[in-house]
Amino acid sequence: MNDPYLVIKNLTRNKLRLSFNSFAILIAFFIFGVLGALNSAFNAGIELSADDRLVVVNKINFTQPMPIAYVNKIRAIKGVNQVTHANWFGAYHQDQRKMIVAFAVDPTTYLKVYSDFLLADEQYKSWLNDRQGMVVGERLANAKGWKVGDLVPISSNIFSKVDGSHVWDMRVSGILKGKDKQADTNFLIFHYKYFIETQTFGSDWIGWVALTTDHPSLNETVARSIDKQFANSAYETETSTEKQFNKAFIEQLGSIGLIISSVVFAAFFTILLLVGNSMATSVRERTREIAVMKTLGFQAPRVFGMILSESLMLSLFGGLVGLGLACYTVTVVSAMPELRTMLPNLVLSGSIVLQAVFYMIVLGLLTGILPAVRAMRLNTIEALSRG
Amino acid sequence: MGDEVLFQINNVAKHFEKAKQKISIFTGLSMSINKGDFLAIMGPSGSGKSTLLNMLGGVDRPSSGDILFNGQAINTLSEGQLARWRADHVGFIFQSYNLMPMLNAARNVELPLLLKNLPAAQRKKNVQAALTLVDLQERAKHLPSELSGGQQQRVAIARAIVSDPDLLLCDEPTGDLDRATAIEILEILQLLNKDFGKTIIMVTHDPQAAKYAKRNLHLDKGFFVEKDLVV
Repeated sequence: MNDPYLVIKNLTRNKLRLSFNSFAILIAFFIFGVLGALNSAFNAGIELSADDRLVVVNKINFTQPMPIAYVNKIRAIKGVNQVTHANWFGAYHQDQRKMIVAFAVDPTTYLKVYSDFLLADEQYKSWLNDRQGMVVGERLANAKGWKVGDLVPISSNIFSKVDGSHVWDMRVSGILKGKDKQADTNFLIFHYKYFIETQTFGSDWIGWVALTTDHPSLNETVARSIDKQFANSAYETETSTEKQFNKAFIEQLGSIGLIISSVVFAAFFTILLLVGNSMATSVRERTREIAVMKTLGFQAPRVFGMILSESLMLSLFGGLVGLGLACYTVTVVSAMPELRTMLPNLVLSGSIVLQAVFYMIVLGLLTGILPAVRAMRLNTIEALSRG
Repeated sequence: MGDEVLFQINNVAKHFEKAKQKISIFTGLSMSINKGDFLAIMGPSGSGKSTLLNMLGGVDRPSSGDILFNGQAINTLSEGQLARWRADHVGFIFQSYNLMPMLNAARNVELPLLLKNLPAAQRKKNVQAALTLVDLQERAKHLPSELSGGQQQRVAIARAIVSDPDLLLCDEPTGDLDRATAIEILEILQLLNKDFGKTIIMVTHDPQAAKYAKRNLHLDKGFFVEKDLVV
């Protein structure tokens, strides 16, 4: 027998109370785990954004086009390093309900700006030489089972071709990988020229411009210069860092972080009151036993430590089971094809686990501190004479 | 051993405040208790028997005066030092046994040994010896709720002696027991005093129980009156 044995025995003496408390904590950390994974999945694009990359969009909003002439004008601005452009295609493959992220891009410059993606040299050359060629992100290629050389019909739910069809035949020229394992490769890119020359919507316009600067410290100056250059034109621009752009895009869905924080705070506050009250009751019921232990010679700090360990153990037990359940749920959900496309980075990351363990410890300390202090300060004589 | 002083109580006073009134329990109590003594303290309710026992056990402190144990004033020790002193020198036996309900008899007996730096095997040996002495080795795995009152008190005695203290303090040890069971308990206490040399101080209301002690003291109105010796 040792102190942890006594702590466990005290913790498990009232099975019903232990079950209710553990379940309440379990639910709180299950919610924390799932919502945390969801939040980081939404924010993955923000986290992985390059520091020196800027995005230029139409000031009205990013769905509005801009003239392609802007690309060269931007290239001439001091501090700009590489420039490329892209158009949203609104793609799907066979099933219109299953959207694919696809961009019509300039193949000669796109991967210079997005240098955090890797494409084998021979595949890159093959893509440049094939007007119908497309480069598919590794995750999308795996999900669809596409291999280099496959001819795939890609449809658009926005654009139509001159012949009235919505289908563009494209050949897989290469498979794109991310340098970072977390990088989202659930997309495809294809030739801007193939797109613009075959569609009916008009030509010589682009969706947005992406560029790198010579140094991240120049970002603000370059952004100001770009927007100033196109001020008072028919197509005014708004330039921001990729991080800001992605954040603004995510925030269109609502402030996910705020929603998650609010839910987690409400859950934790409730659990804090419930478990704190329960711990206080549990220790109050044991007043006489604590007095006996102190009479036998157990010193006050040791009694304090035992009570605090009890609440910590309860919090860690319920919390880790809840987190385990959240991990299982996230794994199962992220394996679903529909969600894998929408949230490719849905994982319970190490940082969420560490945060959760930190909150478990805080919860354990907060719920145990008052009963532990009371036990430490317990007047032995009064407690023993209460009968 | 009989003439060697274990406790020397010098001019001890104890008072407390109740409704802004100072109430004195003792004023200038002095006595000595020798090693190997078996002392029964009797007296009416409120006479301060349990208060005195608590002070001798280092659970309570006198308002003034000194309590010397083997020549050392225990009333000047800090709370931590007193806790260590209790663990080293005193075994407590309570009226209502005060066992831990979630621990079996052996674990209850082992409890004071957690305060000693003993290996698990040695603790187990000591627990078995203590349970054998109170004839409860076969009930080692039973929870307190599965034991009778007498058996529970025997477990409490085993817990009190397992760390081999010099002194046993018993607060109405037979108060909750029937006569036959009370006699069993008192015989164990007598055995511990005679054969193992334990100094025992027992507070009791029961004159029959007091007969098992070597010396009876009657506490009344803050003073001791020594009664007849019973051997």
